[in-house]
Amino acid sequence: MEIQELQKMASQVRRDIIRMVHSATCGHPGASLGCTDFFTALYFKVLDHNPKFNMEGKGEDMFFLSNGHISPVWYSVLARSGYFPISELATFRKLDSRLQGHPATHEGLPGVRVASGSLGQGMSVAIGVALAKKLDGDDKLVYCLTGDGELQEGQNWEAMMFAAHHKVDNLIVTVDWNGQQIDGANDDVISLGDLPAKWTSFGWEVLHMSGNDMADVLKVLAEAKAATGKGKPVCILMKTDMGYGVDYMMGTHKWHGKAPNDEQAEAALAQLEETIGDY
Amino acid sequence: MESYGKKATRNGYGDAMLELGRQNPNVVALCADLVGSLKIQGFIDEFPERFIQVGVAEANMMGIAAGLATAGKIPFTGTFANFSTGRVYDQIRQSIAYSHKNVKICASHAGISLGEDGATHQIMEDIAMMKALPGMVVINPCDYEQTKQATFAIAEHHGPVYLRFGRPGWPMFITGEHKFEIGKALQLSEGSDVSIFATGHLVWKAIEAAKQLETQGVSCEVINIHTIKPLDEEAILDSVSKTQCVVTAEEHQILGGLGGSIAQLLARKMPTPIEFVGMNDKFGESGTTADLLEKYGMDTPNVIEAVKTAISRK
Repeated sequence: MEIQELQKMASQVRRDIIRMVHSATCGHPGASLGCTDFFTALYFKVLDHNPKFNMEGKGEDMFFLSNGHISPVWYSVLARSGYFPISELATFRKLDSRLQGHPATHEGLPGVRVASGSLGQGMSVAIGVALAKKLDGDDKLVYCLTGDGELQEGQNWEAMMFAAHHKVDNLIVTVDWNGQQIDGANDDVISLGDLPAKWTSFGWEVLHMSGNDMADVLKVLAEAKAATGKGKPVCILMKTDMGYGVDYMMGTHKWHGKAPNDEQAEAALAQLEETIGDY
Repeated sequence: MESYGKKATRNGYGDAMLELGRQNPNVVALCADLVGSLKIQGFIDEFPERFIQVGVAEANMMGIAAGLATAGKIPFTGTFANFSTGRVYDQIRQSIAYSHKNVKICASHAGISLGEDGATHQIMEDIAMMKALPGMVVINPCDYEQTKQATFAIAEHHGPVYLRFGRPGWPMFITGEHKFEIGKALQLSEGSDVSIFATGHLVWKAIEAAKQLETQGVSCEVINIHTIKPLDEEAILDSVSKTQCVVTAEEHQILGGLGGSIAQLLARKMPTPIEFVGMNDKFGESGTTADLLEKYGMDTPNVIEAVKTAISRK
């Protein structure tokens, strides 16, 4: 896909997010909207992946979502990439659905390889997969997305130390650095401090991305790929606006985990062009 | 049944891992800075590329194991039982059990028998935690040979497993003639007055108790429940229908252990007098293995006393 098509897809994915969360009357629209450009670029341009889903993913790039609460954006791009029917997005968070509130393998949803939601675990799992790829001589890459508030979980720092020590250089971890978490701004809850310096001092190659500028997302993902295979794990610090694309959801933590009501959903959808067709 | 020497159950794990490494190229060993304790140096020497040292970071180890399993490897994690369960329960729950990962959680130094390190390390709640997880297989072998057999068996089983073993040298009595099958109880002696269901190190205590009781005219059926989950309900009910009373013996809290599983089964299918030998809602302390088992009521005389009480309640 070219950049204009990716932007159209991103608009459609944002509509999916609003409609899913509105229909479920709960869920996490804020960071889902913020990460939409990243997910769209990843699934429609960057990943070498096969929507005829295979758990082991041999010979494929593999993606792991650590901050599982932004499941709406992931489900939307998975469905629109062909992993499962887009009509299934209507079942999000409802009884007997494969689209659990937080991603799970339990119901057999294609595209999901491990459950996430309890924070801080995804990077470790991604490292395990990356190690298996090295053992198998598989030169494809492993991608992982984490939240920023999530970095307050200690397991991440265990994983970061490990990946540098063991030279897990087939791994690209992106941090959704929107500066917000449930109780407020990171800086008011628990400051992350000098995040670039921390990752650098842990031995990672650190790149910066403007996560709501599709051109920059594509550019930095390409740079990240080029930085793999050089003895260091790669980190992308991705600045995003939580709620990007819906004016009243932007610049606040208040839409982290809250669904819009009927009027709010209508106002949000009016700002997001239906480019490909709603589910 | 006689003992033919002493060896620690953890040696059974280490010896089996070396053999498994030779048999199955998908087997990967992980360890959290306890290589000597887990006895896996042999595996590391022969298969350095399939050994992953994670350092003192057990949560990360469980996640990495889940990732290795996702990609088709058979990871065996190694650390003490305390750090294999309580410290990393949420990682096991979400990344391994709920996600159906083929991870083998191998835990040494379980129970009070680890001795002098004291209660910080003497986990007696691990079986309770692990058996509560849907889909988790829970195995507590009783001696060196059975730990070896169990290690081979879990490599063949697809799904998450908790394998619990211990630190001290312990009597060996299981031989190659005792076939190990996950979920199948092992009858060690036939009897008519009481069924003693024992797991782990306390199987030997049950055998000793049965020998002494035999001289007093009490006929004991000793059954080794190495697999606490899934429980061999058929073998338990068969034995209890004959003996009509039960003693359970385990190096674990009575709350939430093997005894609880058997009591739940019998309450539903065959209400029967039952007595429990185990840790009675206490933390341990520093001491020798023998002194601790005696002080906290998990020794041969405790099994004998429990048998007499159970029989008196028939």
